[in-house]
Amino acid sequence: MAKDKLMDFDKALEVYEPVLGFEVHVELNTRTKMFSGAANPAHADNHGADPNTLVAPVDMGLPGSLPTVNAEAVKYSISLGLALGCSIAPSSRFARKNYFYPDLGKNYQISQYDEPIAFEGQVDVELADGTIVTVPIERAHMEEDAGKLTHVGGSTGRIQGAEYSLVDYNRAGVPLVEIVTKPIFGAEHRAPEIAKAYVQTIRDIVISLGISEARMERGNLRCDANVSLRPRGQEKLGTRTETKNVNSMRSVERAVRYEIQRQAAILAAGGTIIQETRHWHEDTGTTSPGRPKSDADDYRYFPEPNLLPVAPAPALIEELRAALPEPPAARRRRLKADWGFTDLEFQDVVNGGLLAEVEATVAAGAAPAAARKWWTGEITRVSNAQGREAPDLVTPADVAALQSLVDAGSLNDKLARQVLEGVIAGEGTPQQVVDARGLAVVSDDGALIAAIDEALASQPDVLAKIRDGKVQAAGAVIGAVMKAMKGQADAARVRELVLERAAAD
Amino acid sequence: MVSEITPDLVRHLGVLARIQLSDEEVERLTGQLDVIVDNIAKVSEVATPEVAATSHPIPLENIFRPDVVGDQLTPAEVLQNAPDAADGRFRVTAILGEEQ
Amino acid sequence: MTDLTKLSAAALADKLTTGEISSVEATQAHLDRIAAVDGDVHAFLHVSEHALDVAADIDRRRAAGEALGPVAGVPLAIKDVLVTTDMPSTSGSKILEGYMSPYDATVVARSRAAGLVPLGKTNMDEFAMGSSTEHSAYGPTRNPWDLDRIPGGSGGGSAAAVAAFEAPLALGSDTGGSIRQPAHVTGTVGLKPTYGGVSRYGAIALASSLDQVGPVTRTVLDAGLLHDVIGGHDPHDATSLSDAWPSFAEAARDGARGDVLKGLKVGVIKELPDAGFQPGVSASFRAALAAMEAHGAEIVEISAPHFEYGVAAYYLILPAEASSNLAKFDSVRFGLRVDVPGGTVEDVMARTRDVGFGEEVKRRIILGTYALSAGYYDAYYGSAQKVRTLIQQDFATAFASVDVIATPSAPTTAFRLGEKIDDPMQMYLNDVTTIPANLAGVPGISIPSGLADEDGLPVGIQFLAPAREDARLYRVGAALETVLVDSWGGPLLDRAPQLLSSSEHGGAR
Ligand SMILES: [Mg+2]
Ligand SMILES: [Zn+2]
Repeated sequence: MAKDKLMDFDKALEVYEPVLGFEVHVELNTRTKMFSGAANPAHADNHGADPNTLVAPVDMGLPGSLPTVNAEAVKYSISLGLALGCSIAPSSRFARKNYFYPDLGKNYQISQYDEPIAFEGQVDVELADGTIVTVPIERAHMEEDAGKLTHVGGSTGRIQGAEYSLVDYNRAGVPLVEIVTKPIFGAEHRAPEIAKAYVQTIRDIVISLGISEARMERGNLRCDANVSLRPRGQEKLGTRTETKNVNSMRSVERAVRYEIQRQAAILAAGGTIIQETRHWHEDTGTTSPGRPKSDADDYRYFPEPNLLPVAPAPALIEELRAALPEPPAARRRRLKADWGFTDLEFQDVVNGGLLAEVEATVAAGAAPAAARKWWTGEITRVSNAQGREAPDLVTPADVAALQSLVDAGSLNDKLARQVLEGVIAGEGTPQQVVDARGLAVVSDDGALIAAIDEALASQPDVLAKIRDGKVQAAGAVIGAVMKAMKGQADAARVRELVLERAAAD
Repeated sequence: MVSEITPDLVRHLGVLARIQLSDEEVERLTGQLDVIVDNIAKVSEVATPEVAATSHPIPLENIFRPDVVGDQLTPAEVLQNAPDAADGRFRVTAILGEEQ
Repeated sequence: MTDLTKLSAAALADKLTTGEISSVEATQAHLDRIAAVDGDVHAFLHVSEHALDVAADIDRRRAAGEALGPVAGVPLAIKDVLVTTDMPSTSGSKILEGYMSPYDATVVARSRAAGLVPLGKTNMDEFAMGSSTEHSAYGPTRNPWDLDRIPGGSGGGSAAAVAAFEAPLALGSDTGGSIRQPAHVTGTVGLKPTYGGVSRYGAIALASSLDQVGPVTRTVLDAGLLHDVIGGHDPHDATSLSDAWPSFAEAARDGARGDVLKGLKVGVIKELPDAGFQPGVSASFRAALAAMEAHGAEIVEISAPHFEYGVAAYYLILPAEASSNLAKFDSVRFGLRVDVPGGTVEDVMARTRDVGFGEEVKRRIILGTYALSAGYYDAYYGSAQKVRTLIQQDFATAFASVDVIATPSAPTTAFRLGEKIDDPMQMYLNDVTTIPANLAGVPGISIPSGLADEDGLPVGIQFLAPAREDARLYRVGAALETVLVDSWGGPLLDRAPQLLSSSEHGGAR
C-alpha cells in the first residue's frame, strides 16, 4: 500500500478547519450480558475465560432463542446518560441493525436507533492548561457487543490473506453504551489534544460511576474518531472519515492528528476525501482504509419485536441522579486540594489520564505524593517504553501495596522499581514478586556490619578521614557495601552503621 | 405506488440477504415479487400520518431480567452443531480474499 | 380392548388415572398407528426412540404414588418448529437437517414436566411459511380425509397426526393461521392463544410479533387441557404476559355443560362477503350460526373495514421480520454449510443460503429485505404497522358490541396438492380470515362445523375473542361442539375414510 502524503500540521490548520466527532463504546461490567444470562466477560470476575465458555443460546443466535433485557444494564445506562448531562427518554426502544458478519450470532445487532435511552447532553473536558472545552453529546444508546474473530494463516493475525478465521462468542452480547457526540467545532490546533482529553473524561466518568472496567487495552472502552476538514470560511462540512477502534488515549490523539494531515494533503492536491472507515495502526502510526461506505450498508433497522419499550419511572431517574458521583471538574478541584499538589504536579496527573489511578491508589492506603510519583514516574516511563496505557500495566491496589513495602523499609527505591517490573510482567502481587525474586532489603545488621568491616579493612584511609570529621568520605564505604549486598540494603541504615563503627573504634 | 421491482433490484436484495441467486431465480422472483408488491402496496392507502404504528400486539413496557447468571451453555453444547471447529471455536473460511 | 388411538386425550387421561391402562400401552398404540399409516400421511419427520421409555417412567412414577398432572402419560406430537433436546429440530428446512438443540422450548419443557409423552416431530412448511405443508423440504404431508389433498399449513403435520389418530394431542404454531387453517381442512380443533399467552422461547421464529404456540387436538376440551400445560408466564420471553390465566379445560367443560350460547352475541363481519368463499364453506358456516341461534345466540352484523388490508399488511410484516429472523442460518454455528472452493466466508454463506432455503423461503426473505430497505421502509413496513393499529381499532369497536366474532376458518376446503404451489399470491389469500387475529394479538379457535356439500371435506368455524379472553373461546367452542356433535350423532372425524395400513399400500413413500 502506498504511503499517505501528509501536510505539515500547522500548515494544514492554516488552510482547513477540522471538525471532530466521536463514537465511544463503553462495555458495562454487569454480572451478565445485555440480553442473556451468560456471565459477562467485561466483568472483573470473568477475565481470561476460555473461548465459548460464556455463551447462552441467544448470544450465538441459536434457533428459538430470545433476548431479555438486563435490568442492571439499563440502570447503568441511565446513570451514564445523566452523567453526560443527557435527558433520559420517557420511552426508548430497541431495534435490529441487520448485517451479516461471522462474529454476529444472529446476523443482526440489537441496538437502539431512532429512540435512544439518553439524548442531548454535554461534557466539560479540561485540557492540559486548564482550558475547559464543552463537547456536545447527541445521544447515548444501549446495544450489544459482537464476538471475537481470530484470523489464522497468511500474514499472521491480519484479516487480509488469512486462511481461515476462528470465532469465539464470549464477547457477543456484552452490554455496551455507545456515546455519540455532535460535530465538535472550533477545536482548531487543539483537535488532537481535545480528542485525547475527551476520551479521558469519558473514562473518568465511567470509572467514577463504577459501571465499566474501562481498560482500553482490553477493549472495555473503544473510540471511533470522525474527522473532516473544510476550507476556512466554508459553511458546508467536508467529507468525514471514521477511524475505528483506536485503543489507547494516546492513539486517539495521534490518529486525529494523522487524519488532519492526511486529508489536508489530499484536499490541497485537489483530491477528494472518500467517506470510509479507516483503521489505526499503532505500530506505524498511520491509518489505512477499511471498507468504503456503499449501498450494501443498508442496515434495514426495524423495532426489535422480541423486546418492549424501556420507560423508566421518573422516580428511578431521580434516584439515579441523586446517586451520581460529582462531575469531573468539581472532583478535580476537590482532589487537588485534598492531596495538596502544586498546579504542576496536579496537571501531570491529569494530563497522564491518571486521576482515577492516583485516587484509587490513595484509597488503597498510599500517601498522595507517593501515589503520584509512581504513576507519573516509573509506571508512565514503562508505559511509554512499551507503548501501552499506564492503567493497563498495573492496578492501584498493587501500587499501594508496593509503596507500603517501601514505607515499611522492606524495599528501597531501586528494589521497588524491580518489583514493579515484576508486577507488570505478570509475576503476581508485589509481595509475590519480592518472595519469588528474593528482593527484600537485608535488614540483618550482622550481615551489614560484616560487609562494612570488610570494606573498612580494604580502605583503611577512609576510617581516618571520617574520624577527622570528613563524613562524606563514608560514601565510598557505603557504595562498596551496597555493591557487596547486590543493592538489597537500606542505604540509610548502612550509613548509620558506618558512622557508628567509625565512632566506636 | 408504481411497483419498481427490477432484476437489478432483486439481485441487490439478494446481496443484502446473503443469498446467491441464480439468473434464473432472479428472473422468476422479479415477476413474482412484482405481482405480490402490487397487491400489498395498498397498505399505504389507509396508513395516513395520524395513525400510530403498532409494533407489539399487546403493549407492555419495562420487561427486565435480573442481573443473575443463568442459561449458560457448556462449550460442548455451544459447539455441538458446528459445521467446523478448531481450538474450541467455530472455524470459517477466510473473511476476505487476497488483497487486491 | 377399545382402540386407544380413537380416545380423546381427556378420555385417555381418565383411564390412565384410574389405572385401567398404562402410558406404555397408550404410547405403543399410537406408535403402532404411526407405523401403520404415516407412510401415507407423512405427518411425522421424526418418531422418538425414547417415547416408550418416557411412558414407562410415567407409569413407574404413578405406581410409586407420585402426584402426576391431569394429562400425565398421554402421548403428544410436537411441531418441528419447536426445539427439542432429544430429537432433531429442522423447522421443515434442509438448512437445519439433523440439528440438535442444546435446550428445550419452554412449551416442550412444560409438556415433559406435565408427563406428556413426546411421540415425535411433525412436518410443516419450511420455517412455517405456507398454507399447505407442500413447502416442507422433507416432502408434503397428506390430508387424512383425502391423500391427494393438502392438510393445511404450515402445521399440516400436527393437524394430520391428530386427524389420523396418530396422536391425541399436538403442538402447533400460528403466525397467520398455521394452527387454525390446518384444523379447518382436517376436521380438527386448533387454537391460537392471545399473543404472549404461551411462551415463544424455543419456537424457531418466523415473525416474532405474530407467532404464537398453541394446541392442536380433536376436541375443544383436549385443547384446553394442553393449553393449561403450556400456557402462562415465561421469563425467557419478554413478550410473555404475566396474567393469571383461568383453567382452559375448566372453561371447555363449562361450555359443554351449560347454556353459554343463550344470549351470546356473535359478530359476523359484513365486509367478508360470501362471494370469496367456496359455497360449501359458506353453507356450513351459516348452518353453524343457525345452530347457535337456535340455542339462544344472537347474530350481530359488525363492520371491520380494515380487515381487507390485513393480508397486505401481513405479507409485509411477516417477510420483514422473517428476513431478519432467518439471517442466523448462515453456515457458521449450526446447520448446513455448502463449501465454495477458494471462496470467502461471504461466498459460503450466500451459497449455503441459496441451496439450503426453499423457494418460498427465499421469496419471502427477498420480499422482507425489500420492505425494510432504505427508502421503502415507510411506505411498506411502516404502513403495515399502521394497518395493525387500524385492525386493532376494528376489533375494539366490534368487541364493544359482541362477545365473539365468527368467520369461516378459511375460504375453501382442502385443495389438491400442487394446485396453488405456483401462484404464491393465491396461496397468500388463503389466510384472509385468520390473519387479523395475529395482527391484533387476539385469540382465535377453529372447530369443525361440518362437511362441504360439494366435496365432502371438512369445514371449520373460527371464533375470535378480545385479547386475554381465551377462556371465552373454550366456552363458546365447546358449547357449539356439543351441539354439532349431537346433531351429527358423533364426532366429524368418525366420517373420515379409514386409512389403510401403509404395508397394504406398498410401504412408505
Ligand atoms: Mg457506531
Ligand atoms: Zn455501536
